[in-house]
Amino acid sequence: MLARRIIPCLDVRDGRVVKGVRFRDHVDMGDIVELALRYRDEGADELVFYDISATPQGRSVDRSWVERVSARLDIPFCVAGGIRDVETARGVLHAGADKISINSPALERPALIGELAEAFGVQCVVVGIDSIREPDGEWRVRTHTGDPDRMRAPRVRTLDWVVEAQRLGAGEIVLNCMDSDGVRRGYDIEQLRAVRAQCTVPLVASGGAGEPGHFEAVFREADVDGALAASVFHGGKVRIPGLKRFLRERGVEVRND
Amino acid sequence: MRVVLVDAGGGNIGSVRYALQRLGVEPVLASDADTIRAADRVILPGVSTAATVMGRLRELGLVETLRGLRQPLLGVCVGMQLLFEHSEEDDTPCLGLLPGRVRRLQAGEGVRVPHMGWNRLRLLREDALLAGFADGDHAYFVHSYAADVAADCIAGTVHGREFAAAVRRGNVMGAQFHPERSAAAGARLLANFLQMDPS
Repeated sequence: MLARRIIPCLDVRDGRVVKGVRFRDHVDMGDIVELALRYRDEGADELVFYDISATPQGRSVDRSWVERVSARLDIPFCVAGGIRDVETARGVLHAGADKISINSPALERPALIGELAEAFGVQCVVVGIDSIREPDGEWRVRTHTGDPDRMRAPRVRTLDWVVEAQRLGAGEIVLNCMDSDGVRRGYDIEQLRAVRAQCTVPLVASGGAGEPGHFEAVFREADVDGALAASVFHGGKVRIPGLKRFLRERGVEVRND
Repeated sequence: MRVVLVDAGGGNIGSVRYALQRLGVEPVLASDADTIRAADRVILPGVSTAATVMGRLRELGLVETLRGLRQPLLGVCVGMQLLFEHSEEDDTPCLGLLPGRVRRLQAGEGVRVPHMGWNRLRLLREDALLAGFADGDHAYFVHSYAADVAADCIAGTVHGREFAAAVRRGNVMGAQFHPERSAAAGARLLANFLQMDPS
């Protein structure tokens, strides 16, 4: 049986891992390889590196750190941020990333998803979606969420985009529920269930993890394949070995270390 | 020991090279027949599609080279699928070093395709390639096609149906999972491949 994945997400800027404080002042957290290996040792199943300097500044990913990570890390990792064409994706994949994740560029030009799937296979192509519930009760997407001044709201329903992204060649969907993000009151089960019902490829939940019970709930109730989290892991509020023990004891299939 | 990584444009070739380096081995990347024939060990990695990698092997004139190898050969992911006779992916004739066909995985209730993540190995027979493995060990998979469990299968995995996770017939071996991304288990498989006595 396929194990449910626990996925720490690391924000990267200029080859260092940083922690954002209200989107602006970034605190240095350490060397990217050291932190990656620490999470691997603790039992992370996969890592996501989000290059936060890339999209808002219109830059693409610096590949040198991707290679440094790939040389040392023996679990899969995904690179997100600033990938908006096949050539950039090729560079990141050839530097050793297992998957690339695209978000705003995919909404600006949906054909990008198909181009990447054609070039590298759907298994490399992750589509990240930032989603928020609007006053009319519909979930809709947001782009450029890394910078509050540049955030945009295209009139696209999240559920429609989930279907369209798969049709174009997404091999995995990461759904970041903005209403629950950073609040630590649990994943947005209702929205994730709705997306799950439309999603035949792997689905990863993001936004809202605050304690081990939230992971159990999202796996059980929304049937997601993976759960991504950042601050609860970085701050030490949830430790992965304890989290996996907790899940295992409650009958959730997780990887043995 | 000369270890050759066949460079047929597979996206994971760098990751496999790093995995071998972590074991203290510096592999040679090669796409010419002479270098491949002179190796002690040959690894055929593969990401992308069966048709893409087979097409590339044909362009490079390596199909007969690989078919004629006598030294241990390890196919990884798509590289393993190519060891069989045929892949349903783009209706692709493959190397035919192992009998059998590669078919698409079927999505269903709770079964997502691509099969992506850590899954358990079921050991089907004892083999030096899987020395030190225990039944139920996890390995990392990313794929949408797989070979059926047949006589050459030494480990299986269930995702919807059971399929071949590792195969061996004499010096022809394969892993459907990614040893370069399967933590300690993956390193063990690669070390076994490097250390085993050729049959």
